[in-house]
Amino acid sequence: MAGQFQRVDERNRSTVRLEIDRVPVTALAGDTLMVAILTNTGQLRASEFGDGARAGFCLMGACQDCWVWNEEGERLRACSTTVAEGMRILTREAPWPSPA
Amino acid sequence: MAEPGMSQPGMSQPGMSQPGMSQPGMSQTGMSQTGMSQPGIVVIGAGPAGIRAAARLAEAGLCPVLIEEGERDGGQIYRRQPPNFSRPPEALYGAEAAKATALHRDFEALRERIDYRPGTLAWAIRDQAVLTVRGARTESLPFRALIIAAGATDRIMPVPGWTLPGVYSLGGAQIALKAQACAIGARPVFMGTGPLLYLVAWQYAKAGVAVQAVLDTTPFATRLAALRDLAARPSVLLRGMRYVLALRRRGIRLATGITPVAVEGEGGIVALRWRDKAGAEQRSECDAVGLGYGLRSETQLADLAKCRFAYDPVARQWLPELDEDGRSSVAGVYLAGDGAMVRGADAAELAGRLAACAALADLGQPPPATEIADLRRALRPMNRFRRGLEAGFPWPAQLAAGLPDETIVCRCEAITAGELRRAATDLDAPEVNRAKAFSRVGMGRCQGRMCGLAGAEIFAAARGVPIEEAGRLRGAAPVKPLPMIEEPGP
Repeated sequence: MAGQFQRVDERNRSTVRLEIDRVPVTALAGDTLMVAILTNTGQLRASEFGDGARAGFCLMGACQDCWVWNEEGERLRACSTTVAEGMRILTREAPWPSPA
Repeated sequence: MAEPGMSQPGMSQPGMSQPGMSQPGMSQTGMSQTGMSQPGIVVIGAGPAGIRAAARLAEAGLCPVLIEEGERDGGQIYRRQPPNFSRPPEALYGAEAAKATALHRDFEALRERIDYRPGTLAWAIRDQAVLTVRGARTESLPFRALIIAAGATDRIMPVPGWTLPGVYSLGGAQIALKAQACAIGARPVFMGTGPLLYLVAWQYAKAGVAVQAVLDTTPFATRLAALRDLAARPSVLLRGMRYVLALRRRGIRLATGITPVAVEGEGGIVALRWRDKAGAEQRSECDAVGLGYGLRSETQLADLAKCRFAYDPVARQWLPELDEDGRSSVAGVYLAGDGAMVRGADAAELAGRLAACAALADLGQPPPATEIADLRRALRPMNRFRRGLEAGFPWPAQLAAGLPDETIVCRCEAITAGELRRAATDLDAPEVNRAKAFSRVGMGRCQGRMCGLAGAEIFAAARGVPIEEAGRLRGAAPVKPLPMIEEPGP
């Protein structure tokens, strides 16, 4: 699906490559992770409580409804995390590593 | 009401030296036991209030710690775009560009003179110390004076479908544009009430976005009746009127006195349904919705600092009790800006400086009496304007009773209005904290920031009691979820 967010300006920035759920996409340097994801797709995550997809809400770090994960299992708040080259983002929580 | 905070008993209390406090050259227990360095002055929030407070303290020769959760200064109102963006301040802040630029410039001059800590969350206040975390590093900052300038978030009344991808708070819609040069959708509708409704819609239209409609729950006559108080700040009032006119001139549909019905869609949004002032149902096709009904003060840190709260009938919110200068009921704890009372950025700059003056007076470094008198005088029209705003764009509390039972209230845990009503009636919770224990509304990771006010209205309506009898959701640390913390050192 097309992106939910629409860029209206500041398009002349260098590009950043990342993966969202293992799909390679591009974003622009200076994007928040939220913008990087939502300019590519229509949703950010799934509600843990079974009521469907979410795409963030407040954009100011208050609602905690834009959590995504990296492949190391680290939780990232997408609205306040800047995208970086090579990020591998999962929109569902990665399974906890099993004890060695 | 507050006692002078010159000598805090907490200064030599055990428990001040929390994990993570040790810094190079400073033994962890050194501060509390030897007194070689007394607890500092801490300011939370680098928005208009926090920056002006920190600047005034620096003027007095102090070196406050300034904690900011974001990566850059300016707060939400004067939020800065990333360094590699190029739009000029006029494009970002419009009529407020000069104020934004002045605040940013003053901050640049200030930051080397204070202990500035961006990207740092103040997550608890206990034992006369602020607990912070940056990345996985925790720290305890003992204080002898603390100025909390925590700001505000949108006041949200749920509507069926408000958790669908594409629905954002009005403040969030503005941040997308201001800080990221993005629109929340190609064809948004803006719904709610308050000056931000028209400002954001106008900013989107000006950026070339096809705004579909601007829907205000406030009847036009209500706004008119508040004109006298709004005229306390004529230039601000005029500017607001100009936004409305500009939207009208662009042919954008404007409606007042509306009732939200539902956001329609599955996965993404296709339309917003609402009733016009005559009660007829309307449907606006759109792919995004910006939603908000004014602002609510972010008071959780004041709560954790054990400040006394009182119900404020103007805001319909419980707010920390403050004296005219920003002193709370707890000695050495001050509040300023929208986090104390929503009066906007201009008032926040004044109140930040005034709170710092109060702190200085209590620390035994009294500022000139004329300075305090001037700040108090400058704030007076702001208070009248605030009453005008709350009366002219009221929080639509009446909508709470009419929300269908299946409407999600708590978006953290997908808990519905019906479940909250059951806690209020069948389970007979006498106030909102018990209802929270029964239903979990307000217990999720937003800690009630999104659902708290609406939840209280739904609760009060279900029990048939006035809102002030619904009580106040108590704050709990951490105010926001913490990252996995590495075990702090010994």
